[in-house]
Amino acid sequence: MLNLEVMGSSLPLYFGGVVVTLKLLAVSLIVGLLAAVPLAVLRASPNVWLSRPVWLFTYVFRGTPLLVQLFLIYYGLAQFSWVRESVLWPWFSSAWFCSMFAFALNTCAYTTEIIAGAISATHHGEVEAARAMGMSPFTLYRRIVLPSALRRALPAYSNEVIMMLHGTSLASIVTLMDITGAAREVNSRYYLPFEAFITAAGFYLALTFVLVGLFHLAEKRWLVHLAPRT
Amino acid sequence: MKKTLFPALLCLLFSAVSAGAQEGRKIRIGVEGAYPPFSSIGPDGKLKGFDIDITNALCEQMKAQCTMVQQEFDGMIPSLQARKIDAVIASMSITEERQRVVDFSDKYYRTPARFVAKKNSGLKVDPAGLKGKRIGVQRTTTHDRFATDTFKESEIVRYAKQDDVFLDLAAGRLDGALLDWIAASEGFLKAPAGKDFSFQGPIYVDFKYFGVGAGIALRKGDTDLKNQFNAAIKAIRANGVYKKIQDKYFDFDVFGN
Repeated sequence: MLNLEVMGSSLPLYFGGVVVTLKLLAVSLIVGLLAAVPLAVLRASPNVWLSRPVWLFTYVFRGTPLLVQLFLIYYGLAQFSWVRESVLWPWFSSAWFCSMFAFALNTCAYTTEIIAGAISATHHGEVEAARAMGMSPFTLYRRIVLPSALRRALPAYSNEVIMMLHGTSLASIVTLMDITGAAREVNSRYYLPFEAFITAAGFYLALTFVLVGLFHLAEKRWLVHLAPRT
Repeated sequence: MKKTLFPALLCLLFSAVSAGAQEGRKIRIGVEGAYPPFSSIGPDGKLKGFDIDITNALCEQMKAQCTMVQQEFDGMIPSLQARKIDAVIASMSITEERQRVVDFSDKYYRTPARFVAKKNSGLKVDPAGLKGKRIGVQRTTTHDRFATDTFKESEIVRYAKQDDVFLDLAAGRLDGALLDWIAASEGFLKAPAGKDFSFQGPIYVDFKYFGVGAGIALRKGDTDLKNQFNAAIKAIRANGVYKKIQDKYFDFDVFGN
């Protein structure tokens, strides 16, 4: 029933796709997370002049589909001649850069909200105790709030990472050959959509399995104090 | 009562069936909507273009009830096989590769392929001259196959829609594009975005890749529909409807010989 010969012979294409998908995922997650931590601190600040701009950023990027963001950045910006003549064009002309840029901004917005939520939920007693010890706001965040908040954000963040893995499949529409791009190529070459996309689904499942496993280990290591008692 | 009702019902049933036969078969036709001037979406949101007009003319000729289903090109043959549509009228070239999975009507037009690049690019359009260059094509098209096999040292960049190739060509992300002559001249070179671009290199008519022209793709074994379409193509060629549609878009004979 399934054309196993085609599935087997197209595997190298998928392995190339896995490398592209993982590259996109890793770069956008690292950039997104690094930017999200300071943004989350601002977002959780009681000062509206600090929290509102960050709120606006997360609102815009969580309130629009990733596909629309990618189209705006890849095709939309290229429409303006001043963008094409600017010093940034070598970057924005590349499908790689545009995809990573869009994905990083998108995951950054979600991660900011996840971490900001965890920061606001920090137990008031811990903050008071730290203040009573005479910690400066900076030390308070570095020693007490962030280590605790980042740990508590882990389960929600693992969801975000998996959603982002699936989000990278959009890169195939701006000509990148990720796992989905490989599937489209196989489909177009042999006209076997089921074989093409079931293989892609298998690769995504395997990657998700690994990611879930990694987060399970991370939670065991850093979140053990919140694990249910047996 | 019963005795009179049953024959009456039977009569009703038969008349309904024969009425259905007169109105003709219901046909769902896959069209693309992103391949001007053959198929595009107008400012009013309606489909227009050569393929669309031909579709309407053929359906009228066949007295069939047609619904157009707009979708991307690379999903046409799978949709046909999945019985989501019954025919594809989307400038699809009749090639050996495709004939292995679908049947085709006779051709309804034929145009060669060309290479498009910036006017002053100075590119030499052959495998050596395009080494390392980025060439845009629409995925799964005859142009994709031809470029992939011919320009082995070049980077072939594949897009889902021809419109996206034009966008990236105008944006300078591509060194050139290989595509249908008419799609290029009508859809791009005559548009404001294409004013700095021109045809370069030879006219490609390689039979192995570009086949005998564009035909209507049908499911394998749907001979009835195939015969209907072939008869309809002949009929609109003979009664002048084809020429009228052609003259609306082109100033030359697009049927080709």
